[in-house]
Amino acid sequence: MTFLALTMQNVTRPRWTLVVGSVSLLVMVLIAIVPQVFAPFDPIVMDYTAIMQSPSAAHWFGTDNFGRDMFSRVIWATRVDMQIAIVSTLFPIVFGTIVGILTGYYGGWLDAIFGRIVDLTVTFPFFVIVIAIVAVLGPGLLNMYIAIAVINWVFYARLIRAEIRVQKQTDYAAAARVLGYSERRLVLRHLLPNAITPVLVYWVTDMALSILLGSSLGYLGLGAQPPTAEWGVLIADGKNFMNTGWWMSVFPGIAIVIAGVSFSMFGDGLADLFRKRR
Amino acid sequence: MNLNYVMVRLVQIVPTFFLIMVVIFVLARLLPGDPTSAILGIRATDEAVNRINAELGLDRSIPVQFWFFLQHFVQGDLGDSIVLKVSVMQLIVERLPVTVFLTGLAALLSIIIAIPTAIISAIKRDSLLDNGIRASFQVGLSMPVFYVGILLLTFLAAQLGWFPVGGFGNTFLQHLYHLFLPALTLAFSLSAVLMRNLRSSIIDVLDAEYVDFARAKGLRNRLVLTRHVLRNALISTVTLFGLNIGFLLGGAVITETVFAIPGVGRLMIDSIYGRDYPVLQGLTMVLALIVSVVFLITDLVEASLDPRVGRE
Repeated sequence: MTFLALTMQNVTRPRWTLVVGSVSLLVMVLIAIVPQVFAPFDPIVMDYTAIMQSPSAAHWFGTDNFGRDMFSRVIWATRVDMQIAIVSTLFPIVFGTIVGILTGYYGGWLDAIFGRIVDLTVTFPFFVIVIAIVAVLGPGLLNMYIAIAVINWVFYARLIRAEIRVQKQTDYAAAARVLGYSERRLVLRHLLPNAITPVLVYWVTDMALSILLGSSLGYLGLGAQPPTAEWGVLIADGKNFMNTGWWMSVFPGIAIVIAGVSFSMFGDGLADLFRKRR
Repeated sequence: MNLNYVMVRLVQIVPTFFLIMVVIFVLARLLPGDPTSAILGIRATDEAVNRINAELGLDRSIPVQFWFFLQHFVQGDLGDSIVLKVSVMQLIVERLPVTVFLTGLAALLSIIIAIPTAIISAIKRDSLLDNGIRASFQVGLSMPVFYVGILLLTFLAAQLGWFPVGGFGNTFLQHLYHLFLPALTLAFSLSAVLMRNLRSSIIDVLDAEYVDFARAKGLRNRLVLTRHVLRNALISTVTLFGLNIGFLLGGAVITETVFAIPGVGRLMIDSIYGRDYPVLQGLTMVLALIVSVVFLITDLVEASLDPRVGRE
């Protein structure tokens, strides 16, 4: 997961990536907040007079086998997938940061235990252990979030730990100590702000990966449950109609690609920005 | 390669193995329903339940149960599949070669795609071509594996009929033919991972002084590239492969489901749908063991390629 994430950073470099990425993400967030403004039809109501219609002026992305407007479904699915991006990374970044600070700053037995947890976590194939946990807890979005959170915080903690270990050796940290600042102030006000930047960049990339993971679980029937429109679920719904109604799967897939590219452009731009500041 | 380092790595893997066992054991205890009622059904008499509990050791304390679990594992006994009524070990032994074939072929395809593009991108750094290559890999990386699979399956297999729509075949050539599209699906994202890292390590090496020296002593460009640059850049690729084994196995789960390939990934999804927990448990454990062994091998290969590794 980490390596995939690192790869997604920096593939496209120029400055305009930040602009394009953030504008595109803003639009997606807006769609996620008020999908009803963008969607011309109700995403769930079935219309048996308009079954499996190919893309047209009325139905931009065509209709599915129940006559539901695909464009509206893809629009409403944006809300679910953006939620996946945020919710499945929120606990990991918060908890991971706390653990990272504790293990990175103090070391000791806590760090030794953490080292074993890292060994163990990277040993299980990420996707395999997540679906195993979801299988135990039962399918659904909430259980999916739990399964991801149980594993994913480790990657954040590892990043923060490494950064804190570097930062606490610096001259400014020594200066702060000499000035008699409390440990709490040193860590929270001085070390953390300097250590957090790579984590923020990773976070953006991880949101894109979470959408990929969430849609994969949705596709397998372990994530969002129908009739909830989620991009992966939409692709799964349409896959049996690929020969007669390609639009049912193709458009939700394009939505995932746009989301993924936007997140990584934003992440790249962010990384560039931080690098310049330093 | 330092023999001490090999010994240290071998010893280090023992606690990892042990922890994997603990996690799987805990996971198995968290599962809804107990094995006894799974075997006997809900209408079993108390007597029968007690007998089976004693047979499985479920009437003992948790540490003793864990000890039994370890003993069985060491003997290669992972329990029996509830749905398929055969031993889990037998199932895994049957299905694993398919997955190994698939991931191996995917790795091979990724290398074939990644190496030339990485070289071109690195040499023509920041050119239009470089940016174009990187942008297209970015799109490839943003596509979910199952989506790529469905598109390839529909257009190249179902509509154009160039490839079979699923299965594994019987001979080696048939395996190759059946697994080409699934492997290509996996290679789609893996090659992007490799390409990006290979590109940056080639750039690093190109900037290194020993390459300037090789040029200065009059070596032809091509020789510098193959003898000095590629050889060093490949070391990081070996590591990267090892580290991505978990990603490949996870991808195999999805690819095998999309293409209906009878490997362990497909078996895992089937075991989830069928609530076949012994199979799920055994598979998770075996896959974790495979990953930790591959990590070990990667470390050792890296140490033999780069004498600096393991000196600390």
